[in-house]
Amino acid sequence: MSMLRLFYFAGIFFYLYLPIGVLIANAFNLNKYGLQWDGFTFKWFTAMLENHSLMAAARHSIVIAVCAATLATIIGALAAVGLNRYRFFGRKVIQGTSMTLMMAPDIILAIAFLVLFISLGIGLGFWSLLFSHITFCLPFTIMTITGRLQDFDPNILDAARDLGASEKNILARVILPMMRPALISSWLLAFTLSLDDVIISSFVTGPSYDVLPLKIFSMVKVGVKPEVNALAALLVLLSLALVIVSQLMLKEKKIA
Amino acid sequence: MKIADKTRFFIILLISGWFILFGVTPLLLLVMTSFLTMDPADLVQFSFTLKAYSQLFIEPGYIIIFIRSVKLALATTLLCLGFGYPFAWYTARMPPKWRTSVLILLMIPFWTNSLVRTYAMRMVLGTHGILNKSLLSLGLINTPLKIMYTDYAVLAGLFYLMLPFMVLPLYATIEKLNFQLIEAARDLGAGAVSAFTKIIFPLTLPGIMAGCIMVFVPTMGLFYVASLLGGARQLLVGNLIQQQFLNARNWPLGSATSIVLIIFMALMLIGYGLLLHRFSRERK
Repeated sequence: MSMLRLFYFAGIFFYLYLPIGVLIANAFNLNKYGLQWDGFTFKWFTAMLENHSLMAAARHSIVIAVCAATLATIIGALAAVGLNRYRFFGRKVIQGTSMTLMMAPDIILAIAFLVLFISLGIGLGFWSLLFSHITFCLPFTIMTITGRLQDFDPNILDAARDLGASEKNILARVILPMMRPALISSWLLAFTLSLDDVIISSFVTGPSYDVLPLKIFSMVKVGVKPEVNALAALLVLLSLALVIVSQLMLKEKKIA
Repeated sequence: MKIADKTRFFIILLISGWFILFGVTPLLLLVMTSFLTMDPADLVQFSFTLKAYSQLFIEPGYIIIFIRSVKLALATTLLCLGFGYPFAWYTARMPPKWRTSVLILLMIPFWTNSLVRTYAMRMVLGTHGILNKSLLSLGLINTPLKIMYTDYAVLAGLFYLMLPFMVLPLYATIEKLNFQLIEAARDLGAGAVSAFTKIIFPLTLPGIMAGCIMVFVPTMGLFYVASLLGGARQLLVGNLIQQQFLNARNWPLGSATSIVLIIFMALMLIGYGLLLHRFSRERK
């Protein structure tokens, strides 16, 4: 029984990791089409660096992910604090909207954003992409930070107020330092969500601001492209690094 | 205005403004667009019509895509449930130290761009892919299997992408399960099958439902999986929406399609809510 279980887990993980393994192997494979192993090479990485439009798309994706993660974390932190501390008209509506954004399939959000930007007359490019990415990351950052806020001892906040701290001071000197670990993990989550997005990006960006998913999609639709393998291998390593960092953060949070 | 009120005011204004502008408005505009008239020159004409909906429900082509899409999403959901349930079950019953490692191993591929993973799947399933190579060299087949550009390839890709969405809610439910109930049932003479159907299955039903919704609904939108692995045919509702918006430029029809998808999803969520309600009442 135990052996069977081991085989079961091995089978599932084999299925999950085989494509990634093949991808990384082919990034170093001399055979252009990955038909067989012809020997080790770095040539596809050079080809990738020389493919200017691919590199531009990669740069754009990283810029969007960094900006979206940062802003989604800031707005998410303010929203989490606001929803947690204040009772105001429309609070339930905001919570409901946040839930809807989180549950709605990407394709629905994608076309809803597209219709919004066209109606507002915002051209498709950097800004439309940034606003959409912040918005679909927000529910997740709010959730992560709210989780942390709920663990606080409310007496600390009362003590700060009794000692004469203003609302601004309470936010900046008490709440902000206490939620720092949650801010870091929510930034990492938003960064990953932004970098992983395919569907929303395909709708809300234009030819002036190409991003990775679109570029990769148009390159591989016709066949295998070895420089995409090289880039994909780097992306896998990047996500692996992010997982490790976020796990270390979690450990720190437990100790703190 | 006091300073405290200013901070408070600023925060409430910012978050309300953001969610109204980028959350509520786009969805309302989408509903509105679905009732407008298509205009090839100017995208849409501002005159009310139900044409997009009638087109969707009358023209057999669209109904066929919907049915095909539901079938494929259903098959993906069942596949994820079938493989995900034992996975979540055994993970929840492991020592805590192992659980985290198993869950992290499950999540690592999930953190990598899903388009890249779909592309990687193509290298596995292709005529000269590693799967055919292995089967040929093992002597299990004589000619390479044609998997790429079939519905099976799409199914394999969808299963690959969606499995964690099934495992995580299942794991969360199973982990909270009171395992003494099962022991009690077994002590009272219940067999393995009836312990499952009478105790384990009903108690984990909320997790099963949550996992199924989290797999079923997004699957219908994953147009790029169908385009990369499934060839030319329009397979998923997502492909239909994408085509109406980006190629055919029939925005009302694309919007109406997505509204139907939203209603479909809402019905499933209501069903889930009712189930949870009944569940909590029965426990009392």
